[in-house]
Amino acid sequence: MRRGFFVPTVAALGFAFLYLPIISLVIFSFNSNRLVTVWAGFSTQSYVNMVQDPQLLPAAWLSIQIAAVSASLATVLGTLCAVALVRFRRFWGRTLLSGMATAPLVMPDVIIGLSLLLLFVTMESMFGWPAGRGMLTIIIAHTTFCMAYVTVVVQSRLSDFDLSLEEAAMDLGATPLRVFFDITLPIIAPALVSGWLLSFTLSLDDLVIASFVAGPGSSTLPMVIFSKIRLGVSPEVNALAAIMIGIVALGVLVAAIMQMRRRPA
Amino acid sequence: MSMADLQGQADQAPRMTLYQRITRRFGKTAVILVPMSWLAIFFLVPFAVVFGISLAIKKFGRPPYTELLSFTDESSVQLTLHLSNYLQLITDTLYVNAYLSSVSIAATATIIALLIGYPMAYFIARSSDRWRNILLMLVILPFWTSFLLRVYALSSFMRGTGVINNFLGMFGIEPLVMMQTNFAVYVGIVYTYLPFMVLPIYTNLVKLDGALLEASADLGARPWRTFISVTLPLSLPGILAGSMLVFIPAIGEFVIPSLLGGPDTLMIGRILWDEFFTNTNWPRASAVAIVMLVVIVLPLTLMQRARDAVVDGDNR
Repeated sequence: MRRGFFVPTVAALGFAFLYLPIISLVIFSFNSNRLVTVWAGFSTQSYVNMVQDPQLLPAAWLSIQIAAVSASLATVLGTLCAVALVRFRRFWGRTLLSGMATAPLVMPDVIIGLSLLLLFVTMESMFGWPAGRGMLTIIIAHTTFCMAYVTVVVQSRLSDFDLSLEEAAMDLGATPLRVFFDITLPIIAPALVSGWLLSFTLSLDDLVIASFVAGPGSSTLPMVIFSKIRLGVSPEVNALAAIMIGIVALGVLVAAIMQMRRRPA
Repeated sequence: MSMADLQGQADQAPRMTLYQRITRRFGKTAVILVPMSWLAIFFLVPFAVVFGISLAIKKFGRPPYTELLSFTDESSVQLTLHLSNYLQLITDTLYVNAYLSSVSIAATATIIALLIGYPMAYFIARSSDRWRNILLMLVILPFWTSFLLRVYALSSFMRGTGVINNFLGMFGIEPLVMMQTNFAVYVGIVYTYLPFMVLPIYTNLVKLDGALLEASADLGARPWRTFISVTLPLSLPGILAGSMLVFIPAIGEFVIPSLLGGPDTLMIGRILWDEFFTNTNWPRASAVAIVMLVVIVLPLTLMQRARDAVVDGDNR
């Protein structure tokens, strides 16, 4: 098929647009000038400053803990939700569940954040729980919106797998629970892994929702980053960004290599 | 399958014990009920709470709003609903303009994202298998890196002393003012939401039956003609899904207008944030949220339809 000139050009520009700012961010993290955007020579000073920053690393540790717990909870709940939506075609409230499972994907963060905060405040005044706001309330909020992503990922995996495998196991007398753990779970495991990783990333990245539901003394990493970059450039943030991008790139590389090994050419 | 097998199956089915039947029934209920109750409590009920508080007014204290129900004496309860927040939203031009400009900024950015995203998706769908996976990964990869840091990267790219202006400066071109303008907000939305546009369109295009395109070409249609009358109509669900995935969250965007926009960039997400954090007017912020919900209900149902169409297409 003869290919025009227009489509490849726009595609190339699109990819350049996606990557140039990220690449320049990483390059300028090694700049010796405090004015991050003017190159003045190679230096790792911003990395030293980042490690010594009194706020960044504690906030990063808090965010990692929150992300790990939220991602795990979201994976369990999202998988249940996906199983319910794909395997049970008809039940009371199916449309409601399907709607509630997709709406958080596009719901503006400010609405989710505000509504959860007001819920927590109301619940506290009615039942005394959750007492105050902090890590627990952030975990609940993150679980709720990450769960939607897990549901979508697992749902698509579940809908294109062979139902006869499950039926065969049932016919051979396996209990539904046994079928789930011996047949279904191993098959959808890749989707669970990507759902968990996606949730972890989203939780680690969330600024708006966490700002609403966080209490005093529970500043997450994005909250600290936001307060630093609101006023202008910050070399420490560049250094941190470069490290985070490096980890993601490494992870993707490992995943790609593993996938190629599994499928020898 | 032989007769004996069928016979065996028929014998097996009723042999399911009562215990098994109960666990199956109970298991099904539990699988549905657990995620359903979580979402009901932490996603649905909060909207009711927001609506309730939007009918209160600000007061000093903890919590910083008036109670709707008050006990006047031993035997009577008084329900006080204030509509002043909504009246304010309708009469104060600041809010009206903020809603209008949010919708128009989000719509403009969505169209730009579609114009860039569609050719990208088309290009990926038409590449060889080997390249397709690599290109697809390149689209998804930015999504795995922090949204906040990508907006930050863009801001240091576009600012007065930023990379673009340094580059232009080498050719003696005057620095462009890009930051703190609506232009920067468009660029920011397109930049961060582009993968959401590309992926649904790609999924749609890659499933397109090649025979249809060949048939069209065989009947003498030029490539553009084939595109307009075959490819484009068939990829409409993907276009709709992608556009809604960009448009809806962009309406309520807070980070992009506050880091890239100027003081005159009016967006409703930012107004809500300021009402809440700067003015501590929780009831007003709630009313802003409720009206924002009303604005996004229509696109939300459109998206759900497009999604259902794609899912049903898969099952057939």
